[in-house]
Amino acid sequence: MSVKLDSKVPAGPLAEKWTQYRSTMNLVAPNNKRRIDIIVVGTGLAGASAASTLGELGYNVKCFTFHDSPRRAHSIAAQGGINAAKNYQNDGDSVYRLFYDTIKGGDYRSRESNVHRLAEVSRNIIDQAVAQGVPFAREYGGLLANRSFGGVQVSRTFYARGQTGQQLLLGAYQSLSRQISLGSVEMYNRHEMLDLVVVDGKARGIIARNLLTGAIERFAAHAVVIATGGYGNVFYLSTNAMNSNTSAAWRTVRRGALMANPCFTQIHPTCIPVSGDYQSKLTLMSESLRNDGRVWVPKNQEDAKAIREGRKTANEIPEGERDYYLERRYPAFGNLVPRDVASRAAKVACDEGLGVAPTGLAVYLDFAAAIERYGKSRAHSLGLENPDKATITQLGEKVVEEKYGNLFEMYEKITGEDPYKTPMKIYPAVHYTMGGIWVDYNLETNIPGLFALGECNFSDHGANRLGASALMQGLADGYFVLPYTIGQFLSGEIRTPHIEPTLPEFDQAEKDVRDRIDQLINNDGSQSVESFHRRLGKIMWDYCGMSRNAEGLKSARQMIVELRKEFYKDVFVPGSAEDYNPELEKALRVADFFELGEVMVLDALNRNESCGGHFREEYQTPEGEALRDDENYAYVAAWQYTGWDEEPVLHKEELVFENVELKTRSYK
Amino acid sequence: MSWFSNFSNSSIGNKVLVSLTGLFLSLFLVVHLAGNLQLLVDDGGAAFNSYSEVMSSNLLIKIVALGLYAAIIAHAVKGILIYVKNRRARGNIKYAVKTGSNSSWASRNMAFLGSLIFIFIAIHMAQFWFKFKFGYMENHPDLTHYDVVVTGFKQTWIVVFYVLAQIALGYHLLHGFQSAFQTLGVRKGKYTKLIQNIGVVFSIIVPLAFAVIPVLVYMDVYPLGAFTVIPGQPLEASH
Amino acid sequence: MGLCEKAEGLFTQPQKHNSKKMKLNLKIWREGGQYKKGQFVNYQLDNVSEHMSFLEMLDVLNEQLIAKKEEPVSFEHDCREGICGTCDMVINGHPHGPNAGTTACQLHMRFFKDGDTVTIEPFRAKAFPVIKDLVVDRSAFDRIIQAGGYISVNTGQAQDGNAIPIEKGTASRSMDAAACIGCGACVAACPNASAMLFVSAKVTHLATLPQGEVEAKRRARNMVKQMDEEGFGFCSNIGACEAECPKEISVENIAILNSEYLSAAFTGGKE
Repeated sequence: MSVKLDSKVPAGPLAEKWTQYRSTMNLVAPNNKRRIDIIVVGTGLAGASAASTLGELGYNVKCFTFHDSPRRAHSIAAQGGINAAKNYQNDGDSVYRLFYDTIKGGDYRSRESNVHRLAEVSRNIIDQAVAQGVPFAREYGGLLANRSFGGVQVSRTFYARGQTGQQLLLGAYQSLSRQISLGSVEMYNRHEMLDLVVVDGKARGIIARNLLTGAIERFAAHAVVIATGGYGNVFYLSTNAMNSNTSAAWRTVRRGALMANPCFTQIHPTCIPVSGDYQSKLTLMSESLRNDGRVWVPKNQEDAKAIREGRKTANEIPEGERDYYLERRYPAFGNLVPRDVASRAAKVACDEGLGVAPTGLAVYLDFAAAIERYGKSRAHSLGLENPDKATITQLGEKVVEEKYGNLFEMYEKITGEDPYKTPMKIYPAVHYTMGGIWVDYNLETNIPGLFALGECNFSDHGANRLGASALMQGLADGYFVLPYTIGQFLSGEIRTPHIEPTLPEFDQAEKDVRDRIDQLINNDGSQSVESFHRRLGKIMWDYCGMSRNAEGLKSARQMIVELRKEFYKDVFVPGSAEDYNPELEKALRVADFFELGEVMVLDALNRNESCGGHFREEYQTPEGEALRDDENYAYVAAWQYTGWDEEPVLHKEELVFENVELKTRSYK
Repeated sequence: MSWFSNFSNSSIGNKVLVSLTGLFLSLFLVVHLAGNLQLLVDDGGAAFNSYSEVMSSNLLIKIVALGLYAAIIAHAVKGILIYVKNRRARGNIKYAVKTGSNSSWASRNMAFLGSLIFIFIAIHMAQFWFKFKFGYMENHPDLTHYDVVVTGFKQTWIVVFYVLAQIALGYHLLHGFQSAFQTLGVRKGKYTKLIQNIGVVFSIIVPLAFAVIPVLVYMDVYPLGAFTVIPGQPLEASH
Repeated sequence: MGLCEKAEGLFTQPQKHNSKKMKLNLKIWREGGQYKKGQFVNYQLDNVSEHMSFLEMLDVLNEQLIAKKEEPVSFEHDCREGICGTCDMVINGHPHGPNAGTTACQLHMRFFKDGDTVTIEPFRAKAFPVIKDLVVDRSAFDRIIQAGGYISVNTGQAQDGNAIPIEKGTASRSMDAAACIGCGACVAACPNASAMLFVSAKVTHLATLPQGEVEAKRRARNMVKQMDEEGFGFCSNIGACEAECPKEISVENIAILNSEYLSAAFTGGKE
């Protein structure tokens, strides 16, 4: 199959591209919309917002989720907030600044035009969410409150306690529910997409498995939209939900879509450290904690060792013996450096033997200073003169509780330690994948009629995503971008009658799915799917995690291939295919992770530079900072998968920066 | 009127009926108690008999009494229907581990407590109301209502039965009182604590007072000598 | 062959500090597959670490069952951080286990003792039929939301987010109700299998805000109608829902729903 990468970025000045394009793009008349079917896979922020908006516009939408309800999508777990260039705080924010911060934060590996559009529509998202009843935090005057996030110097993050993702998703879910009740969206819960059907080069349907009955079902439409999230679970341990997977997206790659920048993975610096080998997933502590928490490790290894062995506690390390390494190394941004920088710095500290958990893999996030600061300020406003230390602490803890109470509670539930009294222990963990399906300006993949939204596309975050921008992108794509841009494709389809799911392409795709399932369920193996997944994750984390090198990546690729072969030889999937069978679901997902993992490693190996979340040990400055190579790698690496034991083919989309100057990212 | 049938067939409509009848019955308890307290007046039954006379002859009272019977029947029947409906909603298989720590015992046993109270009312009415209404008094012209009541309360088992029934009533009210206000949508915000507290006081005082009466009569103790009401005359001390 | 062993301890050094190991007797409801009619099956699990989450403990059990080529216990779970509302099981008589304000996935084994018997059952309600083992069908909740649990606003119709100031306390009360994760523990805990806490949380969340007040009456009426049609029991204000709710949603919301519904019935006009 020949592949031509055309980003379809409209001409014109950056700030006017979207407005002009939107005013001139092709439309589908209301009477024709009624005749057009669209499949939306996934009901997170991107999927639910797209499905409901397309339904409102009058299209016939079929919406799919593998969950028991659209409301369970993993967007729900986002804690901290959502960015928008509202400049409500009058602190100098603007669309351009949000655009610039995102481009810079992404280490200059994203497409200017897409990012600018994202910054533009960010403002509409807040308005839309407020109108839907999202209970954002408010000031006493009744206006919307903001807070700061990493990598920026303005306050532009809107939030609903520590449950912003939940509230935004419920807003989208409720809009979707309204469309379901109006009959414009047909909802298919507990249906997992297992293949894409391409007819005459266009995406025309999907094959899905009914997870309750095991039935393999066909669904046809004029266009297919996937909004199926990221692939962080390829690392086994991540902050992703247990069922988050790449399968729907990966199956489109198997049908010809391209996987762009798969090695760009975000490692989030503030997660609760691993406690044992039974561990199934990692829990994130919101980045907003870095507004007030100070990150440190002991200055010398003896103290760290004593802490690890339980002979000393954090509070016994005197101030002078602590290394607040982020404040020391990056005075301009301090504890609020971007995620990739903070994560790497934690890894460096632990690699130097300064880690503070029994595993050696943790640093402190300390609120003592914030408690004291807030306590003094509160005592002052209460008119207390010369308050004693206990009073200050008590008052300060109250303020901290108001701001982060639910996060502190969550931490205590998991670890059994009280973060008000002893510093939190944190360590980086896989959190988000910037890479994803290659899409053009219309969010359309190289397969006409196939669109990819939200985390599952690659478009906006470059090599590193800024905090509170994932929610922004998901909703921007679903509410304010795709509903327009899909018209560009569909306006050419108004004469296309309903697609019949009896076409031979559907027969073939269904047969392929059945063959895959039969192979797994009938395999006479002895090892569980889980054990393979864990081993794959270990390889990915060790060789394609926070830091990578060519030698490790080469051997990792070999290991993945061997593990994949072993998987197909020795995996045991209990139960039947014609029944509710979570083990079979997992097996199909892990099978796809093997193929994706190999391409990720290949991509990391190809990219001979360090940028954002991709840190190649060979390419660093003497101070250990990432060394980018704009000369040779300012491109999107879009991989075409050609099958087992075949070399994937690399396609390049050169990134053109007309509006920002490529600089070495510095947060010092 | 379709809105009304929609409302009264809805789950909330059903419960509103139970709560309104329940509150009406609670009000009746107060009136009934006020009358009964005259049993404790040390006047040989004069006050009680005149009260009893008014209760059985006044037309308005008779009309209200009809409402009362209807309320009792409606409260009981709706209560039982809701109970049955709720059993069904729970499904056929019960939890293997039952726990009581997440709610009060009374709240989980309202149907049981209500049934006890209903049995009590039936026996109570058979014992007095039926006798007063249907010929017993005509056959025994020498007896006053007061005599019948006091004779009744001289039987140990009756007194024990009455006391037990009042305990059931107390628990029923303990949950029912505040629950009624919750169902009517009043028990919220600043009213929550107030309603809770009044409910607790009400469900202790009223059944306690009801229980004390037969006990004292049984023990021949008539502590209320102070005042009595004779129709047509101003209040005066009866000593 | 050491493959399985190799898979263990991959991510961390084995724990050296004094983490307690315990032995548990598990009594788990199995239904479907080989257990046609549904029954309790007893399992013994050794070496349970106190640092495990409850669901990780079940993972370990399932790994052992799979190693014996038996069908693992089906249970639903996803985010494992207490927000998605997917996990649903009754542990020793309590939905999500005995700890207040905690989902099953956030429950940790340090709250159990060596030698404990732990009984695990599915949520029981006629409106939540069992699908398999501990998995139940909670789609009734979706249908209730579809009946009116939203604000009718199309994309693009919104005015500026700051156009309507909302008092901080009002926004906060709305958020308290909006924190519901739709797990269904309220129904599972209620002796009447009533869904009033779930419905009232959504009604309160939206009716408290000026944006949602406009269609508050219609919403209350339609959501209650759908709730009744789904076969949930009638609320008798027992309060077990609030006690077991992992997000500690208050029963005060039920009073708010009742008053919304009453005012809708008497003043809400024609539907």
